[in-house]
Amino acid sequence: MKKINISKQGKSNLITYGIILLLSFLLFFIGQSSYQLKGLLVPVCTQIMLAVSLNLTVGILGELSLGHAGFMCIGTFVGASFSIYMEQFIPIAGVRFFLALFIGALSAGIMGFLIGLPVLRLKGDYLAIVTLAFGEIIKNIVNMIYLGYDSKGLHFSMTDTASMGLAEDGVVIIKGPQGVMGTPADSNFGIGVILVLITVFIVLNLIHSRDGRAIMAIRDNEIAAESVGINITKYKLMAFTISAALAGMAGSFYAHNYNNIKASTNNFGYNMSIMILVFVVLGGIGSIRGSVIAATILYMLPEMLRFMSQYRMLVYAIVLIIMMLFTWSPKAQEWKSVQMEKLKVRLKPVIDKFRKKSSDKLTKEGE
Amino acid sequence: MRFIYYLISGISLGSVYAIIALGYTMVYGIAKMLNFAHGDVIMVGGFAAFTVISTLGLPPALGVLVAIIVCTVLGITIEKIAYRPLRDASSSLAVLITAIGVSYLLQNLALLIFGSSTKSFESVVSISAIKLADGQINITGETIVTIITCIIVMMMLTLFINKTKAGQAMLAVSEDKGAAKLMGINVNGTIALTFAIGSALAAIAGVLLCSAYPTLSPTTGSMPGIKAFVAAVFGGIGSIPGALLGGLLLGIIETLGRAYISSQLSDVIVFGVLIVVLVVKPTGILGKKIQEKV
Amino acid sequence: MALLEVQNLGISFGGLRAVDDFNLQINKGQLYGLIGPNGAGKTTVFNLLTGVYKPNEGIIKLDGIDITGHSNIEINKAGIARTFQNIRLFKDQTVLDNVKIGLHNKYHYNTLEGIFRLPGYRKAEKQMDERAMELLKVFELDGESHYLASNLPYGKQRKLEIARALATEPKLLLLDEPAAGMNPNETKELMDTIRFIREKFDMTILLIEHDMKLVSGICEELTVLNFGSVLCQGETSKVLQNPEVIKAYLGE
Repeated sequence: MKKINISKQGKSNLITYGIILLLSFLLFFIGQSSYQLKGLLVPVCTQIMLAVSLNLTVGILGELSLGHAGFMCIGTFVGASFSIYMEQFIPIAGVRFFLALFIGALSAGIMGFLIGLPVLRLKGDYLAIVTLAFGEIIKNIVNMIYLGYDSKGLHFSMTDTASMGLAEDGVVIIKGPQGVMGTPADSNFGIGVILVLITVFIVLNLIHSRDGRAIMAIRDNEIAAESVGINITKYKLMAFTISAALAGMAGSFYAHNYNNIKASTNNFGYNMSIMILVFVVLGGIGSIRGSVIAATILYMLPEMLRFMSQYRMLVYAIVLIIMMLFTWSPKAQEWKSVQMEKLKVRLKPVIDKFRKKSSDKLTKEGE
Repeated sequence: MRFIYYLISGISLGSVYAIIALGYTMVYGIAKMLNFAHGDVIMVGGFAAFTVISTLGLPPALGVLVAIIVCTVLGITIEKIAYRPLRDASSSLAVLITAIGVSYLLQNLALLIFGSSTKSFESVVSISAIKLADGQINITGETIVTIITCIIVMMMLTLFINKTKAGQAMLAVSEDKGAAKLMGINVNGTIALTFAIGSALAAIAGVLLCSAYPTLSPTTGSMPGIKAFVAAVFGGIGSIPGALLGGLLLGIIETLGRAYISSQLSDVIVFGVLIVVLVVKPTGILGKKIQEKV
Repeated sequence: MALLEVQNLGISFGGLRAVDDFNLQINKGQLYGLIGPNGAGKTTVFNLLTGVYKPNEGIIKLDGIDITGHSNIEINKAGIARTFQNIRLFKDQTVLDNVKIGLHNKYHYNTLEGIFRLPGYRKAEKQMDERAMELLKVFELDGESHYLASNLPYGKQRKLEIARALATEPKLLLLDEPAAGMNPNETKELMDTIRFIREKFDMTILLIEHDMKLVSGICEELTVLNFGSVLCQGETSKVLQNPEVIKAYLGE
């Protein structure tokens, strides 16, 4: 008989993909219930991708980044501009969208590499503040960009629409603080689920490979990693760049859900970066599955709390604080383990009974 | 002449940043946490003063006093309820996220109580402006008060830390919590005191900030909070002279950048300078280098 | 020719002379001990040899090749591996993965092969698993290969660290206080293991140790370090009878 051998790690990955599919079905049905909730489906996929990709930096590489939204921002604006400009050359939406996703990822990845090169030698909170600074710089610069095209090609300015010198047939793509406009609506929930699966696939397989082990070795003990010949800079950069590229892909996907997107503090600034970090930490640092679940629940939560109208963000804040205290405080952890022990003692007779039955059964089958 | 005017405004803005950064740096030095809610304490201070002065019509001095008291109590409460239980958590990210939760909480409470519309804040400063060089340089009363306050705060804080037992205890706790405890120092009390002082400074900064830029809304504190955080890191986080230096430099760079280069680019310049400083000197201008022992 | 040749090695930290005029020659296959009182600069010598610190002066040659001033990564690739006084394992990874990280530069496949699980990935991973399990078997850790490294008892953590260092296939193995924190039985077992490693892997070993029983039991030659400079060098039995060495250890 042929034996199918699925390793422990493979099983764990399969469970993660299963959870994603299950959540997708749930979200799909939730989305059917109201127009407002349906509008959340593409953003929630984006959030999941962002959380999973940030977890690569925060959980797997072990470096705190507060500028993840900046990479998403690059993906959004590059991806959207590409699609708007290419609409005339590539009429097939699918091909164009695929390329836009790829280019969004590529540009954010390049930016991640360029930023990571000088700053990844900084440690802890210093790295956090520098990534926050880069995120803000990216957002502010994007707000100054004017981009358009006419029959002669692309035009670019950092001051205003007029100085781009567009011909009469010109089309404005990015209009400074008013953002990018006219992005084709190529995104939908189905593509979102596929992209989430791709993101998770890339991150999980990276973790369980030679490169991933090197990245985690750096997280666990940098000095020991160097002592066995692991190139610290190379692997830090690799993790940071892949994380940025995946955020860029998510950004490009997000862009194609809206006709017009502006880069404000709440959607591309540090507020957004912090929100993604909240998903990562609450889902469990380093747990990809946790990021997926936390991003889904926490992103949908304020929307589900809509019946509380103006109190919902307040409730959200309180829930967040209580959850953090409950999951992380040493005292709460102790309390939980004591309760678990008590529960075990109480359940022991039941479990023993069950065990006995099943072992009886096994021996019978063995006979 | 214009340059001197901008420089003075820069020092004034920098003084506010410095006062906030002092609170940031003290809390970081002692609790080793990035207190993301610090900026929102500034906002609470602003609203407390606003309520006393504009809503109740009481004298400005009372408003300032109430703001300080409210913020001090708030700071101690936040530390006790939200941060202390997580002090020994296995990841330092836990308390960071909780601080973000506290920040959301304060902002949304303010939103519920005061609404989202921007309030116009009545300045607490009644000193009239000084005109120099035939009126080419106009120094407002707020500027003067802000700079003087910053100097006084700085001096008092230095004296407090170097000359009092509580101040010495703070240094000891920030150096080594375990050893301080063995020496009989009340670690919890000292950390609470640090939060109290940091929050009182935030209240002062809040009132000064709202007097100089007379608007107030639930998100008033976030950007100055982030900037002060940058200032603290800039000067070397954990260092008190560093916070002063970082705050002043940041204020000057921001104001001059806004005046001479581009108002849109001023934040880009501020953050850009921070990045350059940290890449060249990874622990800030006055920060100490700590090397891991192999 | 000596496998490791060190000449006039020296380093200062802000005016403090940590290591001064240090000379050392270790031949292939030797089991060599570096001893001395606390703070004598033994670990600093290890850090200089492995490139954690760059020496202010002196030359380090491994197998005739000058490796002075190279980075610790290059030095590991050149053939020096080490363990640490305060154990430094990758504690959130499995025992098996700890050794596989040690094999990092011995088996290659690129990132894309890894992400898309191409044949290159499968082949190299299979070889790495086999090789890592072989090493774990030597240290009787194969039964715990799927435990987290941090869940191992202390003595086994020390062994795992040695296994990880050996995975990089060094010419010279540096052990920093391998018996620290072990009871007499464990120390005795460790002595057997160290001898076994030398035989099995044809390894040259330099170790720092305070446990005199272990030192006199397995080291053929010794260097005694005191206040950063060499006090005495030579055959173990002779060095240990040297009155100056006894004085340095026991005081006046």
